[in-house]
Amino acid sequence: MGVIGTVLILCLVFVAIFAPLLEPYSYQSQNIEIMNSPPSLTHLLGTDDFGRDVFSRVIRGARISFVVGVLSVLISVVIGVIVGSIAGFYGGVVDIILTTIADLTWSMPAILIALLIVAVTGAGLESVVLAIGLSYWAQYARLIRGQILSLKSAVFIEATRSLGASDFVLLFKHLIPNSLSPVIVAATIGIGNAIVLEATLGFLGMGAQPPTPSWGAMMSNGTAYLFIAPWMIIFPGLAMMITVLGFNLFGDALIDVMDIKNKDSI
Amino acid sequence: MWTYIIRRTLLLIPIFLIISVVVFSLIHMVPGDPIDSLLGPGSIASDRVELTKLYGLDKSLPVQYVVWMKNILNGDMGQSIIEKQPVLDMILYNTPFTLRLGLASLVISFVLGIFLGVISAAAKNTFIDYISMIIALLGVTVPAFWLGLILMLIFSVMLGWFPVSGSGSFQALVLPAITVGLGGAGLIARITRVSMLEMFNKDFVLLLYAKGLSKPAMIVKHIFRNALMPVITIIGLRLGWIMGGAVTIEIVFSRPGIGNMLLSALYRRDYPVVQASLLVLTMAVIIGAFIADILYAYADPRVRDLYK
Amino acid sequence: MSFLKVKDLQVEFRVDKKMIKPIEGVSFQMQKGEVLGMVGETGSGKSLTAHAIVGLSTLAGGVIGGSIKFEGQDLLSLSEKEMQSIRGAQIAFIPQNPMTSLDPVYRVGDQIIEALRQHVKISKREAKLQVIEVMARLNIPNPERVFHQYPHQLSGGLKQRIVIAIGVCTNPKLLVADEPTTALDVTVQAQIIRLFKEMTVERGISLFLITHDLGVIAQVCDKVAVMYAGNMVEFGSIEALFKNPRHPYTKALLDCIPTIGMAKGSLSAIYGSVPSSGVYPSGCRYHPRCPYADEQCRKTMPPLLEVEVENWVACYKYYGKK
Repeated sequence: MGVIGTVLILCLVFVAIFAPLLEPYSYQSQNIEIMNSPPSLTHLLGTDDFGRDVFSRVIRGARISFVVGVLSVLISVVIGVIVGSIAGFYGGVVDIILTTIADLTWSMPAILIALLIVAVTGAGLESVVLAIGLSYWAQYARLIRGQILSLKSAVFIEATRSLGASDFVLLFKHLIPNSLSPVIVAATIGIGNAIVLEATLGFLGMGAQPPTPSWGAMMSNGTAYLFIAPWMIIFPGLAMMITVLGFNLFGDALIDVMDIKNKDSI
Repeated sequence: MWTYIIRRTLLLIPIFLIISVVVFSLIHMVPGDPIDSLLGPGSIASDRVELTKLYGLDKSLPVQYVVWMKNILNGDMGQSIIEKQPVLDMILYNTPFTLRLGLASLVISFVLGIFLGVISAAAKNTFIDYISMIIALLGVTVPAFWLGLILMLIFSVMLGWFPVSGSGSFQALVLPAITVGLGGAGLIARITRVSMLEMFNKDFVLLLYAKGLSKPAMIVKHIFRNALMPVITIIGLRLGWIMGGAVTIEIVFSRPGIGNMLLSALYRRDYPVVQASLLVLTMAVIIGAFIADILYAYADPRVRDLYK
Repeated sequence: MSFLKVKDLQVEFRVDKKMIKPIEGVSFQMQKGEVLGMVGETGSGKSLTAHAIVGLSTLAGGVIGGSIKFEGQDLLSLSEKEMQSIRGAQIAFIPQNPMTSLDPVYRVGDQIIEALRQHVKISKREAKLQVIEVMARLNIPNPERVFHQYPHQLSGGLKQRIVIAIGVCTNPKLLVADEPTTALDVTVQAQIIRLFKEMTVERGISLFLITHDLGVIAQVCDKVAVMYAGNMVEFGSIEALFKNPRHPYTKALLDCIPTIGMAKGSLSAIYGSVPSSGVYPSGCRYHPRCPYADEQCRKTMPPLLEVEVENWVACYKYYGKK
């Protein structure tokens, strides 16, 4: 399973990097004469309402999805690690306040938070990245806080502290690096979630704006033609599903590799 | 137990206040003036001043907040700028639709999710386990709106079993509920499986074997019951995740509901409606988590004693 | 016919595609009404021997060799279903840790009833009466009240009594107890040991008792089996073992018990450490720590030898004398 996940992710990265070379047609060349034509040998996945090649646009969309996914997860992880490590390290009132905010954020539907933020910042790819990043940070904050709490009393930390290390050194040189493995696993799966959220925002008309070939925008555009040209929705969705599946399988495999407690022991 | 419930209920008040402040201030950071969209091009300045005053938009933000809060507590959620009717009426009209969809999809999530989780844990590393987990993984990874569109394409357009949109009949509820429910079911199945497998490694399982219980009897009566505790907690926390699907699904199936109302208000910068529907949605999530918490405390004797 | 006869028992487990054999060459027998103690250090295979007798090793994926005969019937030839009707009814098992052996979400009384009704067809009310009677006989104070309590509300000693009640409520013929006192306070330990003694005498239950405490063995056992690194090294009557220990390991073990009046600093320890399963030394597994070890000990494993009636030892020292 992990192998399948790895292969899927590698495929995505490959397609994202070499998108311009892989496209059989330009993703933006229009041709009214062949608009809404079904999949054929010349247009593998059909064409859309402007006669653009869906296959080329799906390939170009992979690049957008990948970049949005990685960047927004980076934002989430940075915020989450900062908030979570401060809460876990200092404890007390700081911890209670930060944890309450994180829990509240975590319990909210990410789509609601993202919608609100996009409403404030205006639609467009940059604000979508920001919105997704701000929607998912709480998960990482909770993770890292738990890790730091359990590490804080570990012998090597006590030893480092007794050697006179400052809070800063302790936190950034010892505690955070030693807490990152579950965050890495969560972030892997998180990229998949971010890609879905980007598409959902796009579908609701709050994401990347046309003519950007984001998977979400393509599907949003396709809803009007669902009954006459369903390939406009089916293929970007399938591409996204396979991508997200890849990140999930890879993440699940990472859990198994990094976690040893689930071994049978009667 | 009652003191616990009362304490937890009191905790809802500050949470409500925090959320209301966040919602209020975020909305007022939104660029664009609702009065503009209301007046349209070629309006006169005096109309603008009058309308601004009418909706209280001339006062300072803290004052606006206090007024807004006071009105809400009195059951007045303001007037929709676009629809020209009380927001409360709109909320009351839309809530039952969202509630129906939410409950139906929660039931599907629970029943299907727990079923898949239990059988895959009981048949660990067999064909059944793999199939159930692939279904669960698909539930988690397939975007809700896309699944909704595909289901609509197959079952409404091609087979004609269910209406494409609408809200009146039971048939109209089936596809949206399945769409939202599958996502939740995937999540619950995965949590249930992990929780069940963890229970199998507990010491008390050895004594159950020693009693001469068969594995199915043990799973039904003991493993499942214990595994359910963490599942309840996590479902409470992830309720928003499950319900988040409902917001988009209302758009997909053009169903009336809070999500649909929120989005159309968002497009048209109808502040009072956006604020009220956000408040209702977030409080619904919080209250759901609260109910899960109480259920958890009720189901686990150890937690129950903690709050005696 | 012996009541319980274990012969050449061995258990294999697959760990990371490799087969390991944590126990090998365990043979002993016990008569009805006897108390057999099994001593050994942690990881010597005591618990696994107990699990094998109750049929729990196969459930955990173990492959068992040799034979286990209970009242003449070979337990290893039974199906899991047949074993279920024996487990808990004729052979009861008390697992190692009473603190975590009860299901946290059910009342303890219901957990005892579950064990009883699994094997005896009686009504719930009848079962409750019987269970409370069993609880009272196990010196559980205020049994009606404790019946309705949850495990987390009870002390360790009480929990252990509940676990014992689960074991004895069906009137089993054999009780297999895996370190039943280790997790308890010393004062409670003494009570539980007394309880076991009473049970065997009054109710005629045979007891297979696992412990690493030689003091417990001396108090209640008729026979003792000594385990070392997955092998049984000595088996015999309690008198023979304490007065005339034959295996070098048994001797060393007895030397480790402090007695009052002993000169300060004269308490000995066994040189070296216990090997863990998978990396057992060749030949006699005790040879790296044994002062008498010679070339033969290093090469081949000594089989058990009956040096006296019903007294067995696995050591080459005694082969020449025969």
